[in-house]
Amino acid sequence: MFIKYDKFELANGLRVLVHEDPSTPMAIVNVLYDVGARDEDPKRTGFAHLFEHLMFGGSVNIEDFETPLQLAGGENNAYTTNDFTNYYIQLPAENIETAFWLESDRMLSLAFSEKSLEVQRKVVIEEFKEHYINKPYGDVWFKLRELVYRQHPYRWMTIGSELKHIEEAKLEDVKHFFFSYYRPVNAILVVAGKVTTAQVRELAEKWFGDIPSGDKYVRHLPREPRQEAARRLEIRADVPLDALYKCYPMASRTEKGYYVADLITEVLGGGTSSRLYQALVKEKRLFSQIECHHTGSVDPGLVVVEGKLIKGVRMEDADRAVEEELEKMRTAPVTDKELTKVKNKTESAIVFEDMSVMNRANSLAIYELLGDANLMNTELDRYRAVSAEDMLETSREIFDLRNSNTLYYYGSTIKE
Amino acid sequence: MGVQLKNKLNRKVAPPVKDAKEFELELPPYVRHRLSNGLELYAIDMGKVDAMMVSWIFDAGNSYETGKGIAAAVNSLLRNGTSARKAFDISEHFDYYGAYLSRSCHHETAELTLHCLNQHFRELVPVVAELLTESVYPEDELAIYKKNAQQRLQVNLKKSDFVAGRLIDSYLFGPDHPYGRYNMPEDYQALNREELVDFYRKHYQRGACRIIAAGKLPADLIPLLEKYFGALPLGEPAVGAAVPEFLIRPASQKKYRLTNDPDGVQGSIRIARNFPNRHHPDFQRVQVLNNVFGGFFGSRLMTNIREDKGYTYGIYSYLVNNRQESALMISTEAGKEVCGPAIEEVYKEMNLLREELIDEEELQMARNFAIGSVLGDLDGPFHVASRWKSILLNGLDENYFREGVRIVKTITPQELRELAVKWLDPAEFFELVVV
Repeated sequence: MFIKYDKFELANGLRVLVHEDPSTPMAIVNVLYDVGARDEDPKRTGFAHLFEHLMFGGSVNIEDFETPLQLAGGENNAYTTNDFTNYYIQLPAENIETAFWLESDRMLSLAFSEKSLEVQRKVVIEEFKEHYINKPYGDVWFKLRELVYRQHPYRWMTIGSELKHIEEAKLEDVKHFFFSYYRPVNAILVVAGKVTTAQVRELAEKWFGDIPSGDKYVRHLPREPRQEAARRLEIRADVPLDALYKCYPMASRTEKGYYVADLITEVLGGGTSSRLYQALVKEKRLFSQIECHHTGSVDPGLVVVEGKLIKGVRMEDADRAVEEELEKMRTAPVTDKELTKVKNKTESAIVFEDMSVMNRANSLAIYELLGDANLMNTELDRYRAVSAEDMLETSREIFDLRNSNTLYYYGSTIKE
Repeated sequence: MGVQLKNKLNRKVAPPVKDAKEFELELPPYVRHRLSNGLELYAIDMGKVDAMMVSWIFDAGNSYETGKGIAAAVNSLLRNGTSARKAFDISEHFDYYGAYLSRSCHHETAELTLHCLNQHFRELVPVVAELLTESVYPEDELAIYKKNAQQRLQVNLKKSDFVAGRLIDSYLFGPDHPYGRYNMPEDYQALNREELVDFYRKHYQRGACRIIAAGKLPADLIPLLEKYFGALPLGEPAVGAAVPEFLIRPASQKKYRLTNDPDGVQGSIRIARNFPNRHHPDFQRVQVLNNVFGGFFGSRLMTNIREDKGYTYGIYSYLVNNRQESALMISTEAGKEVCGPAIEEVYKEMNLLREELIDEEELQMARNFAIGSVLGDLDGPFHVASRWKSILLNGLDENYFREGVRIVKTITPQELRELAVKWLDPAEFFELVVV
């Protein structure tokens, strides 16, 4: 489906995209800020995400964000990634001005309340515990990121590398962060649904037009140097099953290699007809579960293979069997049937994802951040252009042994 | 500089909003067809993208099984081998066309659901029919299933939220009831092929089924379904008294504390009481009360326990989606050291609702939020289909939807207080903390 949109920029640098869809009664107001965990000080990790929580703690003119939105029949949420922070509101289109009022006021300035900071520090600490401590294998990604990234700030998680960093966050840090990054010039506003461009233009001028532009944040992140030798790590933890994780650096989001790698992970790990599942779960019965995916990040990301071993299988044997499958990707081209299959799957995934107007708004914001919102309409062609030859060549680069990072995660040896 | 703003914005004043009462909510209708064997198809033809979903819904949930875990195993292994195709060939066929074939097993029903682009439906539907008529349940596939399901369970049993979820259901409904029963690793071990095949014969091949299709439906949908399903020996799904009902035996003890992991840093708190099903006149009224109590981000539980005290990342209450009998459930994960105070606050909020009237603004917020979320939820064929599915499977009709909207718009603070007195008595609740 072709996604039509209009784009304009306010004098203060705020980029505005409008996607009209009169078939829905709803409107989506999506605000993306060009700041994520990768922009944090290594000594204060987790800040972008903690900050996201504080965006709900009242703004300069509006004490309470939630109540007026719910009065307008709206729902909202937000998320922080290593790359950016995204806020979205869905509400009946008739009440769209409420969303403009709320979002513009918190872009103008926050209330910066001590109480909100104190409470949200606790909330985020509970979130940290719920997702990363109180869960078997919850610490895996802390270890893997540190194993793979030595220079680039992807080496820490969005939740932060340790609880202490969150506990120590101060209100001055919050203010500084806000005025450095949360400015119109670093933001993208997408409005979608039962709206018109003319209406959005007027509302955007009215509510966002007088917010001081701020300084454009220019990112200078250290590049991750090319990996020269295989890396390995072993951990023991109180988990029921041994698990194997392998990570391989790959291309950045807009390079051709990204699309090739995406299809490679589909061949290896997409569904129950994928190579790893078929060979290692079904035929050799070495794993009870195995996946292959990639991190999808803006800067160079990772291809990941992760699996839980069948009780009694030796880690080295499981690892060798995975490597054999990866080696096949490096030595023989994928079949035409496999290539068609993964392209069909990709097309279908895009169609289903774009059925929701909220997803469309969100994707437009992300593609605009990547440099071109129209990628939304042209990306499928990039996938279609990938050849078996491309996949062979990219597999050779990615699955080079020197590029590998392997984690043996041993469980406790409890009785069967 | 020197720019004269025509109208200085007053950012302190909220823009006017259209109130919930003014929104007309209509659930887009389905069209019902009968195939020549009587099989019912509910078709929701809407949307503008050439994509579709078809669900085959059988009376094949765990209420019908004769041994633990059989219904789920039969459902899960539906795509693992037919007389003509091996598991891999089946997977590859659906993957090749970029389709998603998902299975799910519930208490009364079990489903096979296909999502695909319209252009591929013709290639996919014969294979779906094959799965529903010619599955063979190969021994080696069952062996892999047993092993992997046990391993998955072992991992889940390390999670306090998983353990708490199983236990609270068994307190509410009794450990023998299909809603309260749960599997241990040895139950998977005990599964055998004959039982599976027998269940498949009774509840799929010669079972009771209905089909729900949604999307921008292709013109040849009905002829295709007729061709592949219209002659199968399938019966009508059970409704009303024909639905198997089991004796509900709630536990006599109300309060439980359990240590699952001595090193755990959080407790999984579940506070719950039995509650009648959707046919009870209080069901949709209590849904409004629940919105105020713990049903969404602006609710009292969230505002107090997360946004004021910071005890948890999230706390919600909800009415469990069961056919025979529901439950009112409060669920949260809280720091180990603040579980006590968090529970106390939950009861405090119950009592407040029992004692004081909800003020108009708060009630309006709950109303408008509910209407807004229904409106958002009617967006697109799949959402509409899932509303209809819930209505149909619970033996209800479109009046249930209309009545729900009417209640949201008109219920009064007095009625809500009466409902709270009736249904939010702390003494009636089970209370469980698993660390």
